[in-house]
Amino acid sequence: MSDQMKIHPTPKLDELEKGPWPSFVTGLKRLRDSGKAYGPMMNDLLGQLEHSYEERLGFWKGGTVSVFGYGGGIIPRFSEVAEAYPESKEFHTLRVQPPAGMHYTTDILRKMSDIWEEHGSGLIGFHGQSGDIMFEGCTTEEVQPAFDKLNALGFDLGGAGPALRTSMSCVGHARCEMSCYDEARALRMIINEYLDEMHRPALPYKFKFKFSGCGNDCVNAIHRADFAVIGTWRDDIKINQDEVKAYIGEVGRKYFIDSVVTRCPSQAISLNDDDTIEIDNKSCVRCMHCLNVMPKALSPGDDKGASILLGGKRSLKIGDLMGTLIVPFMKLESDEDFDNLVEFAGEVIDFFADNALEHERTGECIDRVGMPAFLEALGIDPNPNMITHPRTSSYVRTDDFDEEAAKYYAKHGKSEAAE
Amino acid sequence: MNDRPAPPKLPDEHGVPDPMQYMHPIMKNNYGKWDWHDRPRPGVLHHVAKSGDEIWTVKAGTTRMMDVFQVRELCDLADKYCDGFLRFTARSSLEFLCADESKVEPLINDLNAAGYPVGGTGNSVGMVSHTQGWLHCDIPGTDASGVTKSLMDIVHHDFVNEEMPNRVKITTSCCQINCGGQGDIAVNVQYTKPPRINHDLVGKVCERPSVVARCPVAAIRPAMVNGRPSLEVDEKKCICCGACYAPCPPMQINGKEETRIAVWVGGKHSNARSKPTFHKLVVANLPNNPPRWPEVEAVVRTILKTYKEDARDWERMGEWIDRIGWPAFFEKTGFAFTKHHIDTWVGARNSMNHSAHIRF
Repeated sequence: MSDQMKIHPTPKLDELEKGPWPSFVTGLKRLRDSGKAYGPMMNDLLGQLEHSYEERLGFWKGGTVSVFGYGGGIIPRFSEVAEAYPESKEFHTLRVQPPAGMHYTTDILRKMSDIWEEHGSGLIGFHGQSGDIMFEGCTTEEVQPAFDKLNALGFDLGGAGPALRTSMSCVGHARCEMSCYDEARALRMIINEYLDEMHRPALPYKFKFKFSGCGNDCVNAIHRADFAVIGTWRDDIKINQDEVKAYIGEVGRKYFIDSVVTRCPSQAISLNDDDTIEIDNKSCVRCMHCLNVMPKALSPGDDKGASILLGGKRSLKIGDLMGTLIVPFMKLESDEDFDNLVEFAGEVIDFFADNALEHERTGECIDRVGMPAFLEALGIDPNPNMITHPRTSSYVRTDDFDEEAAKYYAKHGKSEAAE
Repeated sequence: MNDRPAPPKLPDEHGVPDPMQYMHPIMKNNYGKWDWHDRPRPGVLHHVAKSGDEIWTVKAGTTRMMDVFQVRELCDLADKYCDGFLRFTARSSLEFLCADESKVEPLINDLNAAGYPVGGTGNSVGMVSHTQGWLHCDIPGTDASGVTKSLMDIVHHDFVNEEMPNRVKITTSCCQINCGGQGDIAVNVQYTKPPRINHDLVGKVCERPSVVARCPVAAIRPAMVNGRPSLEVDEKKCICCGACYAPCPPMQINGKEETRIAVWVGGKHSNARSKPTFHKLVVANLPNNPPRWPEVEAVVRTILKTYKEDARDWERMGEWIDRIGWPAFFEKTGFAFTKHHIDTWVGARNSMNHSAHIRF
């Protein structure tokens, strides 16, 4: 077939085959020159991409393509320059949810590759920004058979549009000593419980969960997720003083002071004269820095769980929002703990579904209704961990202050100092 | 009647697959029971479980968008050295999992021979987290894979070594929605002109009230143009964000010259030391110049070089700037500080200096 195929020249893209980093252009050309059925499609794809490099414009438009039974998960792409590049006039993507933690056997990757050679372009993205495997480049006709085979392999479509989106978790429990809860379990329990919201988009806008096992937040949950679950612990950091001494012996006291003691954001570390350390665990904010620097000497405590931050998102519409701490600590060990997390996730999704305007994210919705109203709707008590500092503006009506204070004392007791 | 095709079968709603069936047996056996790790050399992690079991991870850079031949080539290596087990990171690096230390070096040699860099661990420059761009997006201002390839070529040395003060996460986004996310360095499209409106099409293809509602500054209003229902933009109010373009393609925000690129610094997702931060503007109005974006490359090189020379150990990009101050950042990098660096959006005054703290 490739004998008759008129190869589009790609002088601009060819430039991207130079240099030490592996080139996606070389990959696209391998598919073009494969002699397989998708060769002409990839030739025209390269032609259109070169045209974009020439014109500095994109030439894809959306549309509606789905598989039987689902409303989302396919990203339809139709070429706006199909006359010149007819073979890639339809170039849809199947978003497919990966195993939590993105673990693969070569066996499953080979099976996926075979399916994608038969029904698609042979081009696979590992992974999209939400965490999907992106099977990229499929005609409308082949979407259903490609999905049926991936589905028979045990895989399911991910999210797109105003829906629950595919989620991501860090490597966590599988290979990390910092991990404070079973991230893959939390991810699977929540997403699989609310899967209907992914496959049949009916939310005001997208809703994303992300799961990181500690404050290092390797999956960028606080920035990017409407619902971020960040592992932490309540008891003391575990110290192996022999390893502390060994580390100081290796790097020297000056380096240790400059790189560990003074880098602690709450000045909770004190170096003793015998090169052991003390940690003021009441002041420690679980930032992870000292554990990152000395993973052999320091470990998270035993009373583990997660903090939950809500409302993170990127620019559209009102500007970037950081996730906001709503639940300082939720124990995550027993079956019941995980059930509680799933239930809370459902309450937040319900609030979003009931209250957000069209195309409004959770963080924007909270800003519009006001944080106190949001907390009240979810039945969450105000907690000083939620804030950087109390309000500085006097523009607020406080005639029910005593009743609110009474609620606080009823829960926390009244200390002698407050009497 | 009878030749109507049977409807396809309903999907099996598997949801998220159980990772245990694809997980390396050593990781499965020690799930949640790891003790410590170290890095024997750049690109290699060595984890030790409480049971005493060990596993070596060899981290390789990829193109993210992979052809099946490449996938199979990498699978061959994982079969040869890793009993057939591997995983991807959130930034599209590939982690080969070795049960035996003796496999590490030959695997690295084979990966390098096949053109895959091994690195991205510790205080290195990691893989650029990026978007789809001209390859697949319906609203892109620029490419993503090409920008990433260009940037990874120039940071190759700092991917395969651990010579930076702390880790550096670069991101790139092909429109202002910023799907690439926050980064120590972010290379993002920045539109410079209001949308050009095709009034013949707006009424036919756009749901006008939702387009009006999308505008962050209420600059769009319904209008009759040439006797047809359309939309008009108050160009004095317009902030050129492109939010209207996605729901209404006849409001073209992109243009050969109008689509520009801005570089930002100091985004950080980790909670280590300082709290997570958003990235801040350094340079705008760089040309969108494929296939290599040399103007962007030059800015990124300057920022990385200055950070590498000037920051102290463990300072992330933003933390380094917090210590030396923005005046020193602009002085050391040589970039111009303009009125456009002063925020004008909601909460802008929070970014001003409310003190007499000044560095000279």
